[in-house]
Amino acid sequence: MLTLTINGKAVTTQSEADTPLLWVLRDELGLCGTKYGCGIAQCGACTVHIDGKPIRSCVTPVSSLQGKAVETVEGLSERNGGQLTAVQQAWIDLDVVQCGYCQSGQIMAATALLSENPAPSDADIDAAMAGNICRCGTYPRIRAAIKAAGEKLRSEANA
Amino acid sequence: MSKGHNGLNRREFLQASGLCLLFAAEYSIAKGMGPAAGKPILFNSFVRIDPDNTVTLLANHSEFGNGAYTVMTMMIAEEMDLDPHQIRLEEAPTRPEYYSPLFREYLTAGSVTTASTWIPLRTAGAKARAMLVEAAAREWSTSPDALTTADGHVSNPQSGQRLSYGALLDRIHRDQITPPEQVALKDASQFRVLGKPTARHEGHSKVNGTAVYGIDIKIADMLYGSIARPPVLGGTVKSYNADDALAVPGVVKVKTIGAGVVVLAKNFWAATKGRKALSIEWDDGPNAGLSSEGFFAQYREMADTPGMLAEDIGDALGTLAQSDNVIEATYEMPFLAHATMEPLNCTARVWDDRCEIWSGTQYQSNDQEVISRFLGIPQQNVVIHRPLMGGSFGRRSSKAADFTVEAVEAARGEDVPVQIIWSREEDIRSGYYRPLFVHKLRGSVAADGMPEAWHQTVVGQSIMQNTKHDPNYMVRGMDIYSLDGCLQEPFGVFPYGTSYQIPNHRIETHNPPKVGPVPQEWRSVGHTHTGIAYECFLDELAHAGGLDPLDMRIRLSANHARMNTVLKTLREKTKWDEPLPDGYAWGMASRIYSVSPIAQAVKVRVNSDGTFHVERVVAVVDCGFAVNPLGVTGQIEGGISLGLCAAAYGNVDLVAGRVSQSNFHDYSVLRLPQMPAVDVHIINSNEPPTGVGEQATAPIAPAVANALFRATGKRVRRFPLVSQGFKLV
Repeated sequence: MLTLTINGKAVTTQSEADTPLLWVLRDELGLCGTKYGCGIAQCGACTVHIDGKPIRSCVTPVSSLQGKAVETVEGLSERNGGQLTAVQQAWIDLDVVQCGYCQSGQIMAATALLSENPAPSDADIDAAMAGNICRCGTYPRIRAAIKAAGEKLRSEANA
Repeated sequence: MSKGHNGLNRREFLQASGLCLLFAAEYSIAKGMGPAAGKPILFNSFVRIDPDNTVTLLANHSEFGNGAYTVMTMMIAEEMDLDPHQIRLEEAPTRPEYYSPLFREYLTAGSVTTASTWIPLRTAGAKARAMLVEAAAREWSTSPDALTTADGHVSNPQSGQRLSYGALLDRIHRDQITPPEQVALKDASQFRVLGKPTARHEGHSKVNGTAVYGIDIKIADMLYGSIARPPVLGGTVKSYNADDALAVPGVVKVKTIGAGVVVLAKNFWAATKGRKALSIEWDDGPNAGLSSEGFFAQYREMADTPGMLAEDIGDALGTLAQSDNVIEATYEMPFLAHATMEPLNCTARVWDDRCEIWSGTQYQSNDQEVISRFLGIPQQNVVIHRPLMGGSFGRRSSKAADFTVEAVEAARGEDVPVQIIWSREEDIRSGYYRPLFVHKLRGSVAADGMPEAWHQTVVGQSIMQNTKHDPNYMVRGMDIYSLDGCLQEPFGVFPYGTSYQIPNHRIETHNPPKVGPVPQEWRSVGHTHTGIAYECFLDELAHAGGLDPLDMRIRLSANHARMNTVLKTLREKTKWDEPLPDGYAWGMASRIYSVSPIAQAVKVRVNSDGTFHVERVVAVVDCGFAVNPLGVTGQIEGGISLGLCAAAYGNVDLVAGRVSQSNFHDYSVLRLPQMPAVDVHIINSNEPPTGVGEQATAPIAPAVANALFRATGKRVRRFPLVSQGFKLV
């Protein structure tokens, strides 16, 4: 039994120590926005933030997270006063999603990128997003939405 | 639309763990069983209105990224004067009145959702609106013609009176107002919604993590199942030892089912660990000797022998016999997995005489049929819930209902629901693939350089042969899907040909025995291989004839106005003749799938080490009236991505009956840096809407191969490109 913080709340988990965070989130805590795609950190569908950094929850044993702060896609708008974040809103505005299954991971990866670098170049976007697979091919819109969200975040920061 | 709802006059409350949709009470007006005051009314099979003015569409097509939910709500919204995002969407039950009018089954496939619902759904909306207007006219003692509708309300502009749709339900009930027999649909000039870029209906839920896919279904006391499957396709369990598996905390039970050995556990991680701890002796069965290379060798031999004759225009054999410059080529395309982002899964609860499943499936009526046969219960006792799907690309239209019926088998005998989730490894190795194909081509050009004779022999396992679709999709023993995109004339139920006219044109085909992997539809189906063979060989003839490949296709399609316009537009929108530095080239291809013509030009950059990048794709499509241009563009971008991925890397390699690849590290897929910039041009021909979901997948592969040839002089005839030294970066 260990305690970690998920989306700002202290959570105690009963899961076996070797259980990947992904399955603790999904099967024990009912936070199903984080998706299973490959189980070997190859597709990015399970991306969440640990202390603000993007990690693949499918290969992260929960025992390694004692005392750590986890944020999932469900936590983004909670932290933003119940509103969609700039990244999520850009995803809506540019109609990015198709099947949508990978998009929680894409949004978590993009959010982490923009928090480090609010004005990413195409090469920066390539580097940050190459680990997140989308089989529907929403890549052009993901790229455009990251730029749009970055612009909005920059203008808010300057306001 | 007023007909066919007689089966709906019963209540159905189905709920699981608060996550699934609640089917509210449904009523049949026509049978005089109208609702009491304050109750919702089902206006026809598709539209229900509640007293609080909630308008619900009972959607009979599935959503897997295709945009079905968006276009269907747009059609109802247009005729009922609503905002499409005001409409609630609910899965229509799996009953014959909801079957696709085209397929006569509950099936979402073939890029026909928009085309086949275009009239029925608009009619349903218009009839519901007519009933509401009639009710308001009676309420206010005026003529229906004096009234207008907007934003979910009926208004009388002269008197200023206004009532919500929901407030008119009592009047409809009291007066027994029934739908009109005939109703006029809006003219395109009146459209406020149709034809306008419209954001995805369920988009919000897909950015905040609340969208419910099959894998997200949670039901109290549910067990999770993971299946150890035979390493050789078609193998069976000889014996197993489950001691170590049962020692894994959380594992509840281990048993054999048709698919293999299933481990049931309290959570999926425990089920997975239990599966890995199993010790199983397998009987490899008859497929242990099968290999991709063996299939290629066998099919190459078959391609050299006369096949069944599908089309014989002019005298191709005679013309080729007299030509002193016959071009010959053999094209080879491997097995392809679908690799949907959401791994296959299904949740099932089985009782003695009934069964409920929660399944991301394209093909509800077939699942129902297969499960009812498996359990020996009536078809109507199989209730299918339809969560969202994390991609499909054809995989979830399984005729064997493989991933649904195995969950039913796993749940049978359990007193709780069972959810089977496939690992990615099981998914890549599932054995349901785009079949492996070999095309042999011979051709010649006339003095003016134009193609004069064409002889193509198509060899690969038929998808439809010996299935229940055999009568509709097999023509004189030939599968129309195997040949789709090769024939100049319409064939079977496909009302279109290539759009090209080559004076001597002969197409033959062989159906090799259906052994090994199950041939499965894969986005754009036959075009995934016929597109490559046909469009690359056409380029070979253009080269032999000294013609520009785009100009040659413009001439070949002179008698097909829509394709001709598409190709001329492509030339306009592409800097086709721009001088390019070494290593750069444009290539192109065009196709007709499910009526819609599409053409693509690509600009590639080939580096000295053989790696290449697709810098830009220009796509021109004529899908008739573009119902949602935003969705059309998305489908084109997506089709290009999936088709480029398959051409560049796609390969399931069978060796000794086993699949070599297992996950995204060795079944490579397209990632963001490899995605080209895409410009989409929609030609709004004002024809009725036709498909756009699969069209873009087909031209991209030959367009890229043709560009690589023009850049390097090297012609790829075996796919994927990476196997021939061209690695997409």
